Amino acid sequence: MTAPAVGLVVNPVAGLGGRVGLKGSDGAEVQRRARALGARPEAVDRAALTLRHLPGVELLTAAGPMGADAARAAGRAARVVHRPAGPDTTAADTRAAVRALVAAGARLLLFCGGDGTARDLLDALGPEPRLPVLGIPAGVKMHSAVFAVHPRAAAEVAAAWAAGRGCVQLEAAEVVDRDEPALREGRVGARLYGRLTVPVLPERVQQRKTGSSGPDPATPAALAAEVAERVGPDGLLVLGPGSTTHAVATALGAPDASLTGVDLLRLESTGAARLLLRDARADQLRTLPATPWIVLSPIGGQGFLLGRGNQQLTPELLRRAGRERLLVLATEAKLTALAGRPLLLDTGDPALDDALSGYLRVITGRRSAAVHRLSA
Amino acid sequence: MTDHRTTDPRPTHPRTTDPRTTDPRVAPKPALRRFHQARWDEKLVFELGTPGERGVLPPLPEPAVTAAVGDPADRLPPALRRAAPPALPELGQQQVLRHYLRLSQENLGADLNVDVGQGTCTMKYSPKVNDTFVRDPRIAALHPDQHASTVQGVLELVHRLEQLLKEISGMDRVSLQPGAGSAAIWTNVSVIRAYHAARGEAGQRDEVVTTAFSHPSNAACAKTAGYRVITLPPDADGYPDIEALRAAVGPRTAALLITNPEDTGIYNPRIAEFVRIVHEAGGLCAYDQANANGILGITRAREAGFDLCHFNLHKTFSTPHACGGPAAGACGVTAELAPHLPGPTVEFDGERYLPDHDRPESIGKIRPYLGVVPNLVRAYAWIMSLGAEGLREVAETAVLNNNYLLDRVRRIPGVSVPYAEGRPRVEQVRYSWQRLNEDTGLHSEDLGRRAADFGTHYWTSHHPYVVPEPMTLEPTESYSRADLDEYAAILAEVAREAYEDPETVRTAPHRSTVHRIRHEPLDDPAVWAVSWRAYRRKVLGERP
Repeated sequence: MTAPAVGLVVNPVAGLGGRVGLKGSDGAEVQRRARALGARPEAVDRAALTLRHLPGVELLTAAGPMGADAARAAGRAARVVHRPAGPDTTAADTRAAVRALVAAGARLLLFCGGDGTARDLLDALGPEPRLPVLGIPAGVKMHSAVFAVHPRAAAEVAAAWAAGRGCVQLEAAEVVDRDEPALREGRVGARLYGRLTVPVLPERVQQRKTGSSGPDPATPAALAAEVAERVGPDGLLVLGPGSTTHAVATALGAPDASLTGVDLLRLESTGAARLLLRDARADQLRTLPATPWIVLSPIGGQGFLLGRGNQQLTPELLRRAGRERLLVLATEAKLTALAGRPLLLDTGDPALDDALSGYLRVITGRRSAAVHRLSA
Repeated sequence: MTDHRTTDPRPTHPRTTDPRTTDPRVAPKPALRRFHQARWDEKLVFELGTPGERGVLPPLPEPAVTAAVGDPADRLPPALRRAAPPALPELGQQQVLRHYLRLSQENLGADLNVDVGQGTCTMKYSPKVNDTFVRDPRIAALHPDQHASTVQGVLELVHRLEQLLKEISGMDRVSLQPGAGSAAIWTNVSVIRAYHAARGEAGQRDEVVTTAFSHPSNAACAKTAGYRVITLPPDADGYPDIEALRAAVGPRTAALLITNPEDTGIYNPRIAEFVRIVHEAGGLCAYDQANANGILGITRAREAGFDLCHFNLHKTFSTPHACGGPAAGACGVTAELAPHLPGPTVEFDGERYLPDHDRPESIGKIRPYLGVVPNLVRAYAWIMSLGAEGLREVAETAVLNNNYLLDRVRRIPGVSVPYAEGRPRVEQVRYSWQRLNEDTGLHSEDLGRRAADFGTHYWTSHHPYVVPEPMTLEPTESYSRADLDEYAAILAEVAREAYEDPETVRTAPHRSTVHRIRHEPLDDPAVWAVSWRAYRRKVLGERP
């Protein structure tokens, strides 16, 4: 008996806006801006990473960058069942490819993209489809619960599903997406679009992002004091997105820091921080005069630390800072809400993910830390 | 598989009549008591009384005395004399008695309810006979400044109690000076700091490691002493994560402060390995034995390799909690750490018992004099009444009671027992109402408030909740099987209501003294009022 066929569709432009600080890649205009800022597509590479760890399945896919290129890069045979109309693919191509894969007999659909791509699947498959699908994470934010935590984890889940193990449960998982233009203006807020059926292995498929009730008023000042003490005067800070880091920036005297972007700050000798660069792009962080401290807070509920909404922090920058200069901030309540799940890494560089993995002290308050596991 | 139809501990209906009552003229008793708490709307004692009203009128000195010595207040230095009399309440004896009796009726004291819901607090029965020893003038009339030669009895008692606790813990010296559990933890942390300072490592060792399920006082005391605090998460089985410990310790580690069993009631069998890892890094290990009631006479801190430990005498050793104090703590240490213990210690030279104040390496005083002597008397009496076999039987009965209650409670729909599934617990269990919460939207706090309508209560857990929707029960050795059945039946009834009549639970309590208490004023320094003066300023808006 042969294993059931796995379908693969890649959104080649997924994640294009991430490293250049655009917070998404929806629409031709944003993609053009991203390319103009030097962004290179990475989705095909991420799909290939999954396929490299997924031997021995019958693979159906779409032509060129929509799947076949990834299969070739991974050295996997694949049957092409759909060809996009032109070189610049759109959401319509994703929907058409999905329908073709289903028609050709795919029993599990791997899609490589972000929240927008997940919405394309919903559009193609209809509301609440039964066909199991799993996202290879390649978008910028990915708040939906339909993605593996890492391209390699997607391979693990797909392999377990293909082997027919009873431990792979199917669950209805939420597809949510943000209003990208509002996000670029610093406003947040997500909408529920529907549910997809997802095979789930514990800790291998990501949770939905949960909104925070906000840290208690004393916490940002405590975290800020702790950060200032570690970094010291004249230290350079690269501050990741999120309400926790934004509150810390405000407590450090830089209320103009962005809520959803990556910022560069310098600690003055007075202990206050000066905002050097708001909403920085990856290329702007490449040539810093000194080794920076990277200050991050995990995404509530999901636990993502790197690779979701902060792709501006490139593997090169993270390697330069190293584990020693990685300051992770989270309230005890935020860590507790993870219920033992690790903080997640998906930098785009699997070797770096492995190097950063393991136990790390997470700063939870003034003179307080909790040991927590980081994992890819 | 368990058949819920035959083993469900719930009464078939809360209004079920007592089958023993067959006389139709006698009102039947319900299966669950129809408790109703008193509500007196009693004012604060400062708001009672009339100016000039007095409870006691001491006689004036005779004129000849006054003529001979004058006004005795004149002998006080002016700096010690009040310009105006203190603003004390003014009321008669009966008014005072009535006031406090009313307040006591608005309480659910440990002597009044089946108090198994205050998990981690070890609410056991405090034998009343021990109070007669404390009230005896030979204890009650002593003054702590009396010369040692006149208080040999109480010094002997303190000395003997130390010998007993040395045997129970396996440690080399025990200080009885702390006035409570947190004071004992503070003592431990202070000894740890003094030890590293004496070795010239105080600057280097600035970190203390503790665990998510250890009492928050461990982290709080360490921080107060100036340490950074590193918290270990629980692993998938609920044990503190030993790999996280390995990642946390190093040359900066001053100590590990850890409880075992933790508040989950799960005993950590690798505790000696935890101790070894910290010792290898040069740190000390302090055993918070607030949860010792299930291991008395079974395991000891010394055998697990600890350098320090502490007991809460008001928990394990039955001296009452006294509504938040004064209680009593006992700190045990190895001989190496003994010079740092607080003083005075009580020494015996073969003939006389003497307080030793000459302790140059001591951390100083934790409380004045010898500690909370009345509670030391109670603890001594309690231990002596039981003996070594009795102490072990206390632990065995407490564990049996806990696992009996666990068996009753885990059958209630909506309850789960996180971690180490199917395994027995030591002396307490941290349950979860998460499933009930998902089914009904009600929270553990809601159910706890509704329990008050049946004459009992329970405590959830410390914050933040590591176990979602928690409930922590610790039945100790004091409660009978009938008590535990009644408690489980109350929980089952509250859970049934949560599913069938959630509004009643959501709006509970309905038969208690106070309907709801707002939490915010308890957490906000701008609003909280811990004294009458603060109440007048912050709540009544009066200007001092």
